[in-house]
Amino acid sequence: MSSRPTPAELADYEAQADAWFRENTPKDPGFMLPLTFMEVSTDQQFDFLCAWQRKVYEAGYLGASWPVEYGGGGLHPDFQRIATKVMKKYDGPIMLNAIGIGWAGPLIMDIGSEEEKKKYIKGMLNAEDIWCQGFSEPENGSDLGNAQLKAVRDGDEYVLNGSKIWTSLGDRAKYMILLARTSNEGPNKYAGLSFFLSPMHAPGIETRRIKKLTGEYGFVQCFFTDARIPAECLMGNEGDGWQIAMKTLEYERGAKVNLAGGYFLKELDAMGVVELARQSQRGGKPLLDDPVMKDRMVDFMMDIQALNLNNQRRRMGPLVQDRPMGLALMNKLARTEMIRELTEFSLSFQGTRGGYYVDDPCAVDNGYWHRSYLNSFSATIGGGTSEIQRNIIAEHVLGLPKGR
Amino acid sequence: MAFSEGNLADHLGALSYSEEQIELMDVATNFCRDRSPIDKVRKLIEDEHGYDPAVWQEIVDLGWLGIAVPEAQGGVGLSMAEVAPIAEQMGRRLLATPFATCTIAAQALLAAGDEAQCAEWLPRIVAGEVATLALTEPHGDWDLGHVEATAKASGDGYVLSGTKQFVVYAQHAALVIASVTVEGAVRLALIERSAIPDSALRREIIIDETKRSYELTLDGITIPASALLDAGRSGTALTQIELASALLQAAEMCGGTQSAIDYTIEYLKTRKQFGKLIGEYQALKHPITNAYVGYEKARSHMLSAAHNFGQQGVGEIAVRMAKASADKAYSFAADRAVQFHGGFGFTHDCDAGLYRRSAIWHASQYGDAAWHRAKLADLLF
Repeated sequence: MSSRPTPAELADYEAQADAWFRENTPKDPGFMLPLTFMEVSTDQQFDFLCAWQRKVYEAGYLGASWPVEYGGGGLHPDFQRIATKVMKKYDGPIMLNAIGIGWAGPLIMDIGSEEEKKKYIKGMLNAEDIWCQGFSEPENGSDLGNAQLKAVRDGDEYVLNGSKIWTSLGDRAKYMILLARTSNEGPNKYAGLSFFLSPMHAPGIETRRIKKLTGEYGFVQCFFTDARIPAECLMGNEGDGWQIAMKTLEYERGAKVNLAGGYFLKELDAMGVVELARQSQRGGKPLLDDPVMKDRMVDFMMDIQALNLNNQRRRMGPLVQDRPMGLALMNKLARTEMIRELTEFSLSFQGTRGGYYVDDPCAVDNGYWHRSYLNSFSATIGGGTSEIQRNIIAEHVLGLPKGR
Repeated sequence: MAFSEGNLADHLGALSYSEEQIELMDVATNFCRDRSPIDKVRKLIEDEHGYDPAVWQEIVDLGWLGIAVPEAQGGVGLSMAEVAPIAEQMGRRLLATPFATCTIAAQALLAAGDEAQCAEWLPRIVAGEVATLALTEPHGDWDLGHVEATAKASGDGYVLSGTKQFVVYAQHAALVIASVTVEGAVRLALIERSAIPDSALRREIIIDETKRSYELTLDGITIPASALLDAGRSGTALTQIELASALLQAAEMCGGTQSAIDYTIEYLKTRKQFGKLIGEYQALKHPITNAYVGYEKARSHMLSAAHNFGQQGVGEIAVRMAKASADKAYSFAADRAVQFHGGFGFTHDCDAGLYRRSAIWHASQYGDAAWHRAKLADLLF
């Protein structure tokens, strides 16, 4: 890693990034852009986001701190933090290839082989190679350790049989990080799991799109029927799968950071909710005059500010000394639940108009709030449900015993 | 539109800390743990004095009363940001002293006292003489500007009348700062303890048994004209008092919340029912986790309030958010602490009750969560 930059160098960089994002951040494309990478539904959205990610990468504001030999910018991580901050400031679209650059990428950078780094990193960054994640199965949602998809070694190949589900971008991805069962022996269910960096375009792998609660398409079920993938797709050794998957989840849940940069979830525009309340009517008066609604709104503002402060504090050692991992581990739970509650609250502003949905000409903001609320469950369920997150915090932060 | 995202963000402070704050936090953590073990807390509940004079002297010797007092008045010249971590640790260990009232009285003097008043009282407070506030009245309104007690000119001075409640540690105070109206305008008056007859003080039975509080009947008490604080600055002083109190309370409450959670976790890890540690049951695991998440949010607000305290506007929003979220977090954590201890939780012997009562006390003084949220609505929307 390069040496720590001076404040002057950082200020220069920030000014450059600021000028670039001010100039290049796309304005309203004329169709609804996804708030999260899990919501990409149409070709139009997909192509737009691919192009945006490539543009940011080519300008040097994505992967800025990853090594040059793999396609990164070779700069100190402080530069990437600044680039991401500026990207947020100009409210740019999300980075589409979240599983690639957010989770698989850092994982490969941490524990991948030289070949793996050379093969995969650059394509992730420039959005040529979209990644998806094969963890959940139809019968085992949050119970990852119970994964049943079989991978049987046959010469230089593994033969895959089984199914993965809730796979975001599964129909558009070139690669999948895949948790599969290579053995039923071993002291426990975890010992027989292995981790693969698997191609998606192999004979015997098929995907079927799943229609979401919102009425849109956003993820798929993947079927593996005697699908053959090269043996070198195995990451680490057979039996390492559980440890590697847990490492991946640390990135996914935001507990560990070695990010390429960018961001994958758009923070809900809290001010938009306030504005909605201001424009809504109750008894001929602005809804925001109602003290009950005002009180609830303040509560949300406090919650948003608390999460914002938590995010700042988690990096301040002396202010987290009692339970150093606490803030990091609660991040996903607290943020996703807050967004679900706030979007639900926003529905109550709309009066009779709350009965409309996306694309009706009378729907408030073209149904944005309803869609956002329904979509918010993807984050309170995906990546481990909020209930599982609470178990994790209880056990790993508060030291409570594991249930049997 | 009253504000855009950009300018709302300008009203919300960022988090930072000072080296002094962290040093004081470390010292206070050890000090409060050593000086206030729970059996000592319980012993003091039965004690008439209510706190340990020797511990108070140690606190004075550590210089904690002068942290937010300028050096010219015998203080250390830091700020309320450095006081907050001490209050947090005191709340965590339920350490009873007049630390908060003395600190707030000093802030009131700094906000509205003249040179002579500050020169007389601030060094005495820093040296450990107890000062307290007499602001609350029987009407129970949290609005500190709602004052019915009066001071009427009489000879060279003023004669007071009215009733003040929740005058904490009044029995041991050398100075009581009371709000009164003088010809219809709210003023603050410095009342020396020697001017208060014992019969004017009635010890109140309050929800938090670790503290001592008195009702003060002002009728007939006289003060010299020099004992009134600046008329023009009384509004500022009342705001300063309210915000300083809310900050210290938020800090104490965060400490208390932490203890209530830790205390409950210990029980969940050792108590068995139906052949299992009760901490294995999600019905207990999830709410205690929610309590913990609420605690960390409240603590972030509190640290932000401490850091931004002196900033116009931003400080007030941060402090009110801190008190409101601390109230919510402490009430929930302590409420669940009682419930999760089962039958034992319902007994006076269970510490959960100490925290629950402490949380109710703090909500009752200087505004509960809903009060501060209402104030925030006016500031934000």
